[in-house]
Amino acid sequence: MKRLPSSVLPWLLLSPAMVLLIAFTHYPALATLWHSFFSTPKGVRPSVFVGLENYRLMADDPVFWQALCNNLWFALGTIPLAIALAILMALWVNEKLAGRGVLRLAYFTPTVLPMIAVANIWLFFYTPQYGLLEQITGALGLPSHNWLGNPQTVLGALMVVAVWKEAGFFMIFYLAALQQISPVLAEAAALEGASRWQYFWRVQFPLLMPTTLFVLINALINAFRLVDHIVVMTKGGPDNASSLLLYYIYEVGFAFWDSSYAAALTVVLLALLGLIALVKFRVLDRRTHYQ
Amino acid sequence: MRRTVLKSLAALAVSAAFCTPVLAANPVEISFYYPVAVGGAVTKTIDSMVADFEKAHPDIKVKAIYAGTYQESIVKALTAFKGGTPPTLAVLLSTDLFTLIDENAILPIDSLASSAEDKKWIAGFYKGFMENSQTEGKTWGIPFQRSTIVMYYNKALFKEAGLNPDKAPANWNEMVEAAKKLTKRDAAGNVTQWGVKIPSTGFGYWMFQAMTASNDTLLMNSAGTKTYFDKPGAVQALQHWVDLTTKEKVMPAGSIEWGTTPKDFLEQKAAMVWTTTGNLTNIRTNASFPFGVAMLPGIKHPGSPTGGGNFYVFNKTSPAEQQAAMKFIRFATEPARAAQWSIATGYVAPRQDAWDTPEMKKYLQDVPAADVAREQMKYGVAELSTHDNQRVTKALNDNLQAALSDTKTPEAALKDAQREAERILRSYGR
Repeated sequence: MKRLPSSVLPWLLLSPAMVLLIAFTHYPALATLWHSFFSTPKGVRPSVFVGLENYRLMADDPVFWQALCNNLWFALGTIPLAIALAILMALWVNEKLAGRGVLRLAYFTPTVLPMIAVANIWLFFYTPQYGLLEQITGALGLPSHNWLGNPQTVLGALMVVAVWKEAGFFMIFYLAALQQISPVLAEAAALEGASRWQYFWRVQFPLLMPTTLFVLINALINAFRLVDHIVVMTKGGPDNASSLLLYYIYEVGFAFWDSSYAAALTVVLLALLGLIALVKFRVLDRRTHYQ
Repeated sequence: MRRTVLKSLAALAVSAAFCTPVLAANPVEISFYYPVAVGGAVTKTIDSMVADFEKAHPDIKVKAIYAGTYQESIVKALTAFKGGTPPTLAVLLSTDLFTLIDENAILPIDSLASSAEDKKWIAGFYKGFMENSQTEGKTWGIPFQRSTIVMYYNKALFKEAGLNPDKAPANWNEMVEAAKKLTKRDAAGNVTQWGVKIPSTGFGYWMFQAMTASNDTLLMNSAGTKTYFDKPGAVQALQHWVDLTTKEKVMPAGSIEWGTTPKDFLEQKAAMVWTTTGNLTNIRTNASFPFGVAMLPGIKHPGSPTGGGNFYVFNKTSPAEQQAAMKFIRFATEPARAAQWSIATGYVAPRQDAWDTPEMKKYLQDVPAADVAREQMKYGVAELSTHDNQRVTKALNDNLQAALSDTKTPEAALKDAQREAERILRSYGR
């Protein structure tokens, strides 16, 4: 057997990963872009080139704009809160306290539960009149409220679920990062007479920055790819008040079978996620200190 | 010698793989998607029906696949169809008719069953149910789990409120009056028991159609190319619905979940609920109080759209599979079995001969409520069904929810729904 030329081997080693990457990431993305310029084929009507018509339709589509706005609000409402909670929980379970393992497990539980089951449980929490939330507020004498049935509160109610679900997951990263911080720093801070808050704000928080960055990107992506809660809890209603971008894409693609319009919507979502990645690499990365 | 045997065996295996229908001894396997839209043990009932069928037809194997809700089922069926492996047979909403035809996904039943005897069989189904099953002069679906909307009411709560428990409200005004007496508030003014609940998620358009039907207003034409959402009769009907929460305060504000409505009734949190007759058996088994079933109280007269699912046979399947599927449909709609199915679930048996069976007659004596839905069909209209049905229905549902949650007036909401529907349907009108 002859030896392979030296340039072939690296490509051979790369190829399994590359085949997967091309088949499941690059090709679908390009195909989506291509399909978004055509009309949807129907059993009786083949697809034709329509140029930018799908995008023009999108500009006039109030549901698309609403889903996009909902999504931005959703991201704004959940991410800072989930991250703050995650840091708090991580700081707490990082201490030496009794039952620490159980507490860590409790915080992490939401992450390991299947999303559909979780959404069903929350659906029961929010049920008017006899749901868990109602039983608590009812016992306190507060008025009954239809949380998921009211366009003003439905998005907020879904945000609570997302924060509950995400915070425990992010806590794990913060916990790992906190344990990487050398105890020498804590001792030095104690010697200098720094308060608990000063130690956190001047020492711990800056050192957690790489984790925060990682978590932030993940949270942003999660906010834009959320779909399962919506399917189970609200189906985007009432009157699209809780429709998020990915749910709307699902609806257009698989309830209306308008695959080319769904492709155009997907391109917009991809562009948004691409933008987020760009911001991470170009801007945030430079301002972060790694150890 | 051994080699020749092996060779011929291999050849046999290859030819068998290519022409299964030729070998009649091999059982034909068909796949059957079905949805569940009501509470109770419907899956078990279907499984036992499939087992009985396989016993009666040992040459056919049926793979019954529970495919989720109606919406999820059509997504799965059409995705499978586009992927080249459609189910042979599926139960999908009767209103999905135009969507399935436009995708070229289903076969007309009369192309598979064309003998004189078959024609007689098809003619045996209730006309009301066939309205959503026939178009272009062809029969595309066979009624199976069909229903109408009925009103369930809690007799114990009626008695408590000083109402006659044996007489349900017969019209809209009577319903509102009864609901006022049935709505209870605690000392702080919070409602602990609602007079009436009409669900608005998922099947909002269906409930609304009952109101418009009783107000002499149709919502679409039979070709599925035009809608009439903003007719004065429709606006008036929606105003009545909205008034239940804003003016009369006998129904909770915001959207009311389709899925939890039967539960609200069983928990005695709502004294009267509108839901499908398909929930009858679920409510009958789980209610801890006496209850009644009544025709929907109408605005001018009673009225209800039909609803529920039809059998469809899919394109891109082999003729042998299609014939096997037809055998299954015939089996499931035989009078005795249709009666049994109706008794097990509460769905309306779709043929007169099923109602004439001794089992059904005995059942009606025990549960007279089961006859309400059939009686109501005299006032029945076809369920809302158009081309691009899911999209048109969503436009209406969204706007109904907007009106019910007080973000649009009924008139503005229905105008928006109509404009949206016209935009969606413009290419089909020509």
